[in-house]
Formats: sequence, structure tokens, C-alpha cells
Amino acid sequence: CYFIFFSFQQRIEIHKLRQGDNLILGFSIGGGIDQDPTQNPFSEDKTDKGIYVTRVTEGGPAEVAGLQIGDKIMQVNGWDMTMVTHDQARKRLTKRNEEVVRLLVTRQSLQKAVQQSMMS
Amino acid sequence: KIESLKVTVDFLKVPLGLKKPPLKEALAAVPGPGRAKPLGVERHKPRRSDTMDNESQYSGYSYKSGHSRSSRKHRDRRDRHRSKSRDGSRGDKSVTIQAPGEPLLDNESTRGDERDDNWGETTTVVTGTSEHSISHDDITRITKDMEDSAHLDCSRHLGVSLAGALALLAFLTPLAFMLLPQLLWREELEPCGTPCEGLFISVAFKLLILLLGSWALFFRRPKAFFPRVFVFRALLMVLVFLLVVSYWLFYGVRILDSRDRNYQGVVQYAVSLVDALLFVHYMAVVLLELRQLQPQFTLKAVRSADGASRFYNVGHLSIQRAAVWILENYYHDFPVYNPALLNLPKSVLSKKMSGFKVYSLGEENTTNNSTGQSRAVIAAAARRRDNSHNEYYYEEAEHERRVRKRRARLVVAVEEAFTHIKRLQEEDQKNPREIMDPREAAQAIFASMARAMQKYLRTTKQQPYHTMESILQHLEFCITHDMTPKAFLERYLTAGPTIQYHKDRWLAKQWTLVSEEPVTNGLKDGVVFVLKRQDFSLVVSTKKIPFFKLSEEFVDPKSHKFVMRLQSETSV
Repeated sequence: CYFIFFSFQQRIEIHKLRQGDNLILGFSIGGGIDQDPTQNPFSEDKTDKGIYVTRVTEGGPAEVAGLQIGDKIMQVNGWDMTMVTHDQARKRLTKRNEEVVRLLVTRQSLQKAVQQSMMS
Repeated sequence: KIESLKVTVDFLKVPLGLKKPPLKEALAAVPGPGRAKPLGVERHKPRRSDTMDNESQYSGYSYKSGHSRSSRKHRDRRDRHRSKSRDGSRGDKSVTIQAPGEPLLDNESTRGDERDDNWGETTTVVTGTSEHSISHDDITRITKDMEDSAHLDCSRHLGVSLAGALALLAFLTPLAFMLLPQLLWREELEPCGTPCEGLFISVAFKLLILLLGSWALFFRRPKAFFPRVFVFRALLMVLVFLLVVSYWLFYGVRILDSRDRNYQGVVQYAVSLVDALLFVHYMAVVLLELRQLQPQFTLKAVRSADGASRFYNVGHLSIQRAAVWILENYYHDFPVYNPALLNLPKSVLSKKMSGFKVYSLGEENTTNNSTGQSRAVIAAAARRRDNSHNEYYYEEAEHERRVRKRRARLVVAVEEAFTHIKRLQEEDQKNPREIMDPREAAQAIFASMARAMQKYLRTTKQQPYHTMESILQHLEFCITHDMTPKAFLERYLTAGPTIQYHKDRWLAKQWTLVSEEPVTNGLKDGVVFVLKRQDFSLVVSTKKIPFFKLSEEFVDPKSHKFVMRLQSETSV
């Protein structure tokens, strides 16, 4: 059997959790056009300056919604996230007047060949 | 096909009278047959040196140096009749007085080895005739020099005298201009007061400056003999001549004939001539001295014997002047030529002797056969597995190790020797018998380091260059100047430039300049000329220094700003 990489896009809807005075989403982001893309462990292309999910807190709203570590965030509520600075990305995710964020993420997946599964 | 011109360049190191190079050929060029003679003498030389090269492989320094052409021709003929003699008395009618135990000036290092053994083992001091006294050989050489150079420099003297006459004429002309009216028609002249006196003073000082300047530029003793005329000097002489002649013409027509009464005008005329001469002198300074200072070309000089090479930057020069420049720098830049270091050790090369034998079967043309044979042998030898590089490598490594070991022993011996003496301080009360002068101190400590020194010199094949006497002298010199053992050893641990070794032996004066272009041509990109001695030559090639395009870029000091390279992680 052999493995193939492919990536697919997914739409994830996260409901923010109120913690004291803040609304938190429960994950951490890394990346941005002002950052060093070679340090990104999750990107396949080391020149990719997009925003990646670097950590997902357990039991947080992001994990509940299905966000996984290593996802690349393409859009947040319709705003493009592929060409933003780190700080701009943070700002777009933490808008105070939004309680729900809808993310379009890209995830790389490792799947066994369909042929193999068909044969077994 | 361009034929290469072989021209001789002589160096004069001994002051043997004033010689002027440039105009000799200029005036020799004017009468046609007069020119053939010096060239004839020069053309003979290269052929002689070729035949001499076949005889033996000596370096040709020392007693050959300073001999001029005709004496060499005599000696060449005599050498060919004589069988190879191994002692140093190759001079014409001379006997070399030789100090006992002092190694001979030998050209082959194997002989030098045997002679060297003496001075290392003994501890006695040899005070025989060494470099301090002139041997009979030297005396005959000097007299030969004097008579031969007198004979050859007749033409050079002609050039000097002509230049001197022209200079004298130019110098006296303004004075004549001013004196002639006073002498011839004094009564009719208008009196001329202060302006004339001012002009007299200025003429006096300008002539003095002109005198000093032209002496400095044209009449100082030259450092080398050039084979061809110095083009710029000849041009300047012609210019001065034309200037003076035209001034005399106008003077004769306008002033002498018409008996001009305005004396101030006459004096001003004379002053204008002096000014014109000063400007010609200024042009001479620029052409002869300044033009060559700004670097325009890079010359690469490579010694053909062992590949030592250096680069030099020069300005606009003619080929012959560039050759002299290179030679001046050669003596203090290039390490001394040591023929003993050239060959691969015999053990490496001997294996190559056994090659293939090629037999030809059938009837073929002999000439074709030989080339075909040789080519086959070479091809076969190339294909065969050749391990001589291996031996060369191990031989080299072994030699390195040996040299380093001997060097370590030498350094230790010298350090220890230097600890035995110290400078006498004022407050020390010493027995007068114990006080030594530098020479005695050197002799006292030499014995302990002599053996190590001899062994080291023999391993590095330097022993022909250092006699015991020279080492003692150097030791005395170092002791006098409070040098450390390391400073003393600096001379022996690295092969120094040629000029460091004793002048009489290692400085050659006779070089041959071989060039395809006429040697008075200026340097151009790609010119190649060769400076030849008997056993090696310096190949010099020219490259033009490129034109640099320098552009400016302004960097605001406040614009130097930096950020950290990071992968920040923000939790949201």
C-alpha cells in the first residue's frame, strides 16, 4: 500500500467563549507575511507565509468545532488571511463585536490509497 | 614573420665615470655604418651563451658578473678548448686565493657538501683571506672592467658631451643676449633703471634653478645602460635646440642688425627665452618622471626556472625602462635562485627510465617509424599504472619531516648559545681579560651551534650561500644590535631575496632583454618580453589595469534598522 498527500478545504464555525473580559477561541496561530516562513513546521512549502494553527487547547471552542493543529487558515468571516501580517490576523480573529467566526481552512491529509482500501 | 631582437642591457654597479645612455644610439643612428658596430658586438653574445649552456649547468653568477663583452668572448673560446675543470679558477689569468676550510664558490651542490664538512666540526677560527681582501681574481676583473668600459663608452661619451654642449649653449644664450648690446653699442643705449635690475635678478635666479633642474634630470649618473635611445630625451634635446636657434635668428635680425636702442626690450627678450626654457624643463619633468608614476599596467614577472612570480604596477614606460624597473624589484622580491632545489629526487624519476620497447615489423619509412614509435611509447607509458607520484609524495613528506627536525635542533642550539653571553653592564666589575668585543663573543658561541647549523643548511640545500665567515659576521652583527636568537635565525630559516646574499657572489649585472617589439615602444596590453640570464629567465607579461566605474550610493546612517526573525505564536 502507499500513502498520498492531499489537501482539502473545510469550513469551521467557532463560537467564542467568554472568559472574564475576553472572548477566546482556544487556539494559537503562527505565520504571517512579516514572519519567517522557514520556521513553520506545518507548511509544506517553506515559502508559505500564511497563517497556520500551531496549538489547539483541549476542550476549547476550536477543538470542539473541529479545528486541528497544522491547519492553514484561508479566510476568516470572508476576510482573506493568506496575505496578512501576524498582527492583522490576530486582530481579525479577535474582533470584540463578533461572537462567531467562520473559518475556511486547508488541511493536509495522509490517506491510504483508495485502491488498497478497495482491495482489502 | 617578426624576428625577435636580442639586445643587451648592462648594469653598472661600480662607478666608472659618467655615462649617458640615450644619445649614444641617437647619434650612432645618424651615421649608418657607425651603427653596425655596437650591434655586431651584441649579436655575438647570445650565440656564445647558447654554446656555453651545453657545457655545464653552473649558475653563471659571481666571477662572470662584471665581465664585459669582449673579455667574455675570450674566455668562451678558451673554455671550449679546456676540459671541464671543477675548481674555481675559471678566470683568465688568475689564481683564486682561498681560505683554508672555507667552502668554495661551487656551482654544484654535491661538491659543496664535501667542502662544508670542515667548518662544522672544527672550533678554531679561520681568518684567512675571505671577503675582506681582494684576491688576484678581483684585481684582474676590475682592470678588465675599466679598460673595456672605456673602449665601449666612447659613443656614450659622445652623447653626454653633445647634451652638455647643448645645455651650455642654452644656458649662455640669455647672458649673451643681454651682454652683446652693452659691448657693441653701449653709447646709444637708453638708460634703463629699476625695471632692468629687477629683470637681471629674475634672470639670475631662473638660470640657477634651470641649472640645478637640468642637472637633476639629465646629467645624474644613470643606474642602467639602455640598449636603445631614450626617445623622450632625444625629442627634448631637439626641442631645446630649435628653440635656441629660433631665438638667435630673431635676435640677429631684429636686434643686432638694427641696433635696437631699447635696452629694456632686449632684456625682456632674454627673460622670455629663460621662461621658455623653464617651461621646456617642466615638460621634461612631466614626461620623464611623472608620467610613469601613475599606475596603468600590471606586470607579471615569472621566473622560468622555478615559477616564482610577482606582480608589479607601473605607469607608462617604454619596454626597456620597464625591464629595468622589473630588475630593480627582482633583487629584493624574488627568493634567491637555488638550482639545487629544482629537480625531483632521483628515486622518483628513475622508475620512469624503464619504458616499453617498440619493435617495428615490416618495411616502412624510417622517419614515420620514429615518430610513430615515440608516440606509441608515450601512449603506453601514460596508460601504464604509474606509481611515481606515490613515491614523490612520500619522499616529500619524509623531506619535510627531516627539515623540521633539523630546524628544531638548530633553534634549540642557537637559543642555548645565546644564553651564554650578555652585554656588559656598567656596574659589573669584570676582569679585563674576560671582556670581549662582538667578534670574539661571536666566535665564542659559534662553536656550540655550528654543527646544528651546518646540518640544517645541508638539508635545505642552502650551504652554497652561507660560508662560515658570513655566518660569523651575521652573528657578530646580531650580537652588536642586541638581537634575539629568532632574529639571528631569520636569515637562515627562509630563503631570502637575492640581494641579501653577499654582493660579489650572487648579484649578476648582465641581463639580456628579448622582445618582439622594439624596446623603445611603450608598454601596451599583452606585451611580453623576457629578461635572460644563462640559467634562467624572467618572463614578463603586461596587462592593462581596467577602467573602474565607481558609482556612489548614499546610505543614511539612520536607515540601519533591524528586526528579529521570529515565528511568533499568538493565542487567540
